[in-house]
Amino acid sequence: MKPRFSLATREALWALAFLAIPLVFFLFIRIYPAFQALWLSLFEWNADPAKRHYVGLEHYSRMLTDATLGKALRNTVLYTVIGVPLQLALGLILALLLQSVTRLRDLFRAIYFTPYITPAVAVAWVFSWMLSPNFGIVNEVLGLLGIPAQKFLTSPAQALPTVTAIVVWQNLGFQVVLFLAGLESIPRTYYEAARIDGAGGWATFRHITLPLLNPVMVFSAVIATIGFLQLFTQVVNLNFTDQGGPVGSTLTLALYIYQLAFARFQLGYAAAVTVLLFGLILIITLVQLRILSRRVEY
Amino acid sequence: MNRFYTALAYILLALGGVVMVFPFVWMLLTSLKPFGELFNLEVWPRDPTLDNYREVLTRTDFPRWFLNSLGIAGITTATVLFFDSLVGYTLAKLRFPGKEIVFVLILSTLMVPTEMLVIPWYVMSVGYGWVDTYWGLLFPGLISAFGVFLMRQFFQSLPSELMDAGRIDGLSEFGVFWRVAFPLVRPGLAALGIFTFLGNWNAFLWPLVITQSPAMRTLPVGVALFSGEANTAWHLIMTASSLAVLPVLLVFLFFQKQIIEGVVLTGVKG
Repeated sequence: MKPRFSLATREALWALAFLAIPLVFFLFIRIYPAFQALWLSLFEWNADPAKRHYVGLEHYSRMLTDATLGKALRNTVLYTVIGVPLQLALGLILALLLQSVTRLRDLFRAIYFTPYITPAVAVAWVFSWMLSPNFGIVNEVLGLLGIPAQKFLTSPAQALPTVTAIVVWQNLGFQVVLFLAGLESIPRTYYEAARIDGAGGWATFRHITLPLLNPVMVFSAVIATIGFLQLFTQVVNLNFTDQGGPVGSTLTLALYIYQLAFARFQLGYAAAVTVLLFGLILIITLVQLRILSRRVEY
Repeated sequence: MNRFYTALAYILLALGGVVMVFPFVWMLLTSLKPFGELFNLEVWPRDPTLDNYREVLTRTDFPRWFLNSLGIAGITTATVLFFDSLVGYTLAKLRFPGKEIVFVLILSTLMVPTEMLVIPWYVMSVGYGWVDTYWGLLFPGLISAFGVFLMRQFFQSLPSELMDAGRIDGLSEFGVFWRVAFPLVRPGLAALGIFTFLGNWNAFLWPLVITQSPAMRTLPVGVALFSGEANTAWHLIMTASSLAVLPVLLVFLFFQKQIIEGVVLTGVKG
């Protein structure tokens, strides 16, 4: 029997068969909705179909004068510029400490990693209980140390740094595990060569450890930045009765989008804000990749 | 000097460890206290009780939320592992026109944040009647672009001679994928499976948007809305949190090594 198709055609047909369902998925569930968000942003789109109409770029000009959006944007940037460096620095310090010990290393690593896999919702509620101004254990401990009670999540000034700290607490283990793997992949011989050349601890760290950790740094910085720019779950749950409060001090872009779309049903304007978030993530990620990914050759 | 440094490292690590563990301890201790003991701030419960657990488990749909989360995360993990491997394999090992376009198309979806898709997904779900259904909860996560990228890397490192051997043995192209290639990428599957399961188990935004009736909620949504209504009943809130955290801790206890290695693997390959 002669084959009906050539080998190459046969392989292409198999590929088509394998890709058919996934391609339909990506086109209709991932790609089309992304464009639909752009399209929706040009419409007034309420729950009531009779009230939907084209408004052009009106939502984008509204964004320029929306004070709440300004606040959400400012907060989101603040979370990111405080949170990402804090997470990377603490992660690196802990990874270096872990690398310098031999016993109990796996136990410590597991302990630091645990928060990363626990549900953020539960973590948020545990912290809002511990940080409760009047009955929280944290203020109780501060009291024993002679430090006055703090308002933490109920103070407009302290709420944002507190939320940032909680998010860093939860992500730290992920960071430590990545850095530790990065540190362990640096060949011992580099350190030995540096010691023979008479390099001190700091010089070794500065000229060997840091440059060789660069790929892990870039990856971590990008992942952490994207995470902070999309901060939502913790902010919602840490101040559940006044989400984004007190007085908007913890509001993020993602939460504002959620409130616009699903509490006020201004889906068109909310879609316009998602386009802003998309642009922000895209630009920051590209800039970071450019700055951080300079190759190091040895 | 060296010994001093090692001692210091242990002390700092132990202090950090306390900061990591204490919230979990405090959560569990609070969950064992009756309401009357909440505000006296003694560390150990004077009258430890499981009443809070009984109350949360019977007064809410907690068992249902647990099963919902288990089902959603389980099904999603299965479909992601199957389809992501299939696509990853196709992109790594089969020759066909338009391969680069397909790869770039899938990769480009990684840049779009979920927030941007949630609104069109919701509009779509309203149109098709998917709001407050399991299909509505499931459909956005059935295949993952990140997983395609990851699995493609794993399949690329397999020698093509293995697949040719399968073809000579008379396996169909699908047989070659399923019987020969798929079993050889187990480390990748484990890493992707763990990531997908955890991501879906802990997911909050989309389940919050798409569910309405209490019975359809997933665990995180159920815990959040229950806690919001419980007001200052912190003993019940901490009980609900404990019930959400304990299964994860148990799984982590047993698969600690695989989970951490999976994270490293996705970090290195991804």
